[in-house]
Amino acid sequence: MPAATASQTIGPYWHLIEHAEWADLTRFGAEGERITVTGRVTDGEGAPVSDAAVEIWQSSPPADEHFPGYGRAATDGEGRFRFVTVKPEAVPGLGNQTQAPHLSVVLLARGLMTALRTRLYFEGEALNETDPLLAAIADPAERATLIARPAGSGSWTLDIRLQGEGETIFLEV
Amino acid sequence: MSDPVPFRPFQAGTQPPLDHAAYGSTRLRHPNRPLRRLAQTVSETTGPAFTRALFPEIADMTRQGKAAPLGERIIVAGRVTDEDGRPVPNTMIELWQANAAGRYAHPRDTHDAPADPNFPGEGRVFTDAEGHYRFVTIKPGAYPWRNHHNAWRPVHIHFSLFGSGFAQRLITQMYFPGDPLLEFDPIYHAVSDAGARERLVSRFDLDVTEPEWALGYRFDIVLRGRGATPFEDGEAH
Repeated sequence: MPAATASQTIGPYWHLIEHAEWADLTRFGAEGERITVTGRVTDGEGAPVSDAAVEIWQSSPPADEHFPGYGRAATDGEGRFRFVTVKPEAVPGLGNQTQAPHLSVVLLARGLMTALRTRLYFEGEALNETDPLLAAIADPAERATLIARPAGSGSWTLDIRLQGEGETIFLEV
Repeated sequence: MSDPVPFRPFQAGTQPPLDHAAYGSTRLRHPNRPLRRLAQTVSETTGPAFTRALFPEIADMTRQGKAAPLGERIIVAGRVTDEDGRPVPNTMIELWQANAAGRYAHPRDTHDAPADPNFPGEGRVFTDAEGHYRFVTIKPGAYPWRNHHNAWRPVHIHFSLFGSGFAQRLITQMYFPGDPLLEFDPIYHAVSDAGARERLVSRFDLDVTEPEWALGYRFDIVLRGRGATPFEDGEAH
């Protein structure tokens, strides 16, 4: 069998498939602790990435007809994105490990030949100390690029730096 | 609980690099640090399950306006499998493309070519139980971009696939056979493996073609396989 089909960039015109409501994962009537997640995507010169698709997937709470578990948001002219979702709980890791609550994040944009993957954790979670991914990142500054900070009631924020100073930890899965 | 079965790593050369100087937009957008390897957990091996009920199909992109769009009607069909040849059933495929004149229905597209109010350029289909999909559209036009002097994108249709786990997420582009612009396109040529690159080009298919109605093209898509590679390196996984 041939290898997996090659990725190609999503390009600047992916908004033809944008549906703004997809950024609200509670739109089908999900129960649970509703949160807002925001952030700003910037490039190697600190300029806003204004044409990106930011996608999230969470395996907790489990997806069902009231909760898709998946969302997509377009960045605006300032590079900002915004999701409304349900706060995830801890999820199983490999073996006997437990992973701290997190969102899987995929970034797609003009200039990205493949999807860029990262994660978003939540500051103050006790499990962050023992999460297998976070615990393996020795440098606290690098670890911090994966941990959203509280930004008011029920709101969390995490900026994504594609390149250079403060560069986000990106993942190969 | 036993560990989830992970998707296999990509084969060398079959995926484009993030840092690709010939494509200028990668310059400030590729990470400088190498990607950090993450062992796949349920967060990577599971993924969204879209349904036709909540995400209705747009299988005929020529019937989204008040009249037929301008251009050559075509049919695109194919099969989605994984690297082990197993069909990927009931998976959502998103599609988008330029109109026949090479212009997107997008406010940032300033190419001096006519807009077509009858062609919004969005499609959405699901694979059947055997992984087959099919949609009707018009053949898009080539268009210029500012990457380098006299740069033109080859004719293409954008595809977005989700598969059965988020690690299978794929965004790609389908090209057309015999397009002279492929030779000059840095996005197409970012895939160094010639076989992998050529599989981005659809094939004209008389079996997909409908008499007196529309030409048909076949484009098969392969998503990452799960588990150990059977014949690759002989090691136990």
